[in-house]
Amino acid sequence: MHSFANPARFLRLASHFLPWLMLGFILCFASGLYFALFHSPPDYLQGEMVRVMYVHVPAAIMAEAGYMFLAVASFASIIWKHPLADVAARCAAPIGAVFTLICLITGSLWGRPTWGTYWVWDARLTSVLVLFFLYLGYIALWSAIEDEARAAKAASILALFGVVNIPIIKFSVEWWHTLHQPASIKLVGKTTIDPAMQLPLLLMTLAYGFYFAVVLIWRMQASIAEQRLEARTRAQLREVTA
Amino acid sequence: MRLLILLIWREVRLNIRGGWASAISILFYLIVATLVPLAIGPEPDQLAKIAAGIAWLGVLLATLLTLEKLFQPDHEDGSLEQYLVHEIGPELLALSRILFHWLSTAIPLILVTPLVALLLNFPMQRLGVLMASLALGTPGLSAVGALAGSLAIGVKRAGLLIALLVLPLSVPLLIFGVSAQTDPAALKLLAAYSLGALAVVPFAAGAAVRLACD
Repeated sequence: MHSFANPARFLRLASHFLPWLMLGFILCFASGLYFALFHSPPDYLQGEMVRVMYVHVPAAIMAEAGYMFLAVASFASIIWKHPLADVAARCAAPIGAVFTLICLITGSLWGRPTWGTYWVWDARLTSVLVLFFLYLGYIALWSAIEDEARAAKAASILALFGVVNIPIIKFSVEWWHTLHQPASIKLVGKTTIDPAMQLPLLLMTLAYGFYFAVVLIWRMQASIAEQRLEARTRAQLREVTA
Repeated sequence: MRLLILLIWREVRLNIRGGWASAISILFYLIVATLVPLAIGPEPDQLAKIAAGIAWLGVLLATLLTLEKLFQPDHEDGSLEQYLVHEIGPELLALSRILFHWLSTAIPLILVTPLVALLLNFPMQRLGVLMASLALGTPGLSAVGALAGSLAIGVKRAGLLIALLVLPLSVPLLIFGVSAQTDPAALKLLAAYSLGALAVVPFAAGAAVRLACD
């Protein structure tokens, strides 16, 4: 575990893995899109609209996986004080937030033809929206505190408190939903999914996962490079003044 | 325990001498209750239906107002460091601030709630449940708020940041609080959330306080 905390070693490993991750993304995304758009059956009820699912469901999975990653990185940062874990958490947050936004937007576009409305206060929609605000709060805390080291620790505390709260929020929202509006609208074909739909869904989820990894590594590389540049400029300034 | 009471007492005295900042929260709460009928219309039946929700929303927003001053002044004049130097645990300090916030902001808001209920034509026989739900839920609200306040120590114009941090986390409290009107089980869930938050937050907020003093 500790051996991966070395930024130099991370950069070496990352540049080694990056092409493979990119290849995985391209293969999964291309084949997944092909199956999703051309080689999967339309839903008996929703028709061709069901294809939104292949963009929407993986985004929802990655939105939650992104926050879990954030929490695990924050945990590592608090317990083992890995500087690299801070970089990872900070760089993962905007990616997760964008996935959450994609999930909300595609869900809303999907809801218009199938449910007849862009937005309903469905339990799942509401908890994803709250997740989006949790991401925004995390990002805002990072940018509000000027001292990097302090911002990292404060953000870790927030992420860990947030991850404890996510199940409670989910439970409360579901409970609220069953209290206030009986299930008038239900997603069709969610539990009994056709095998022909499973394959593109799996491929697209893998593609999103690879994409997450690739962009995360890019952002981390950029962030580490920025830190080094700053350190070097500071050292040069010191030389000049001395 | 004595130390805890002393810490809270110091804040209460400072608060009274400093012009009673919590009064602003009460005023804000009353103004929200006044604006609602203007916004949605004065029909008594309609108001009665949403009164519990408005009361909860008003309390939630009003408690946000005093959070910024929970740790910030002590950080600016250095007394936060003094506490740590004198080996007063930041966890104890955080707990004292949660309790202080509850006593100075939440309790007055709960006490004004009958007036708000009156303004919004809330059925008086259900007032007890509303007050109980607020009494059980606001400790959790103060705890989450204190955590956000401690994380935002030293941030300029921290009010907006604190609101952004607190509001998503207070979703369960709002839901359980309003649901208590129709389902008594929600009161137990409110109590559970508050107790859980009171157990966890002092450590998290304590860590944030120590962080700010490094």
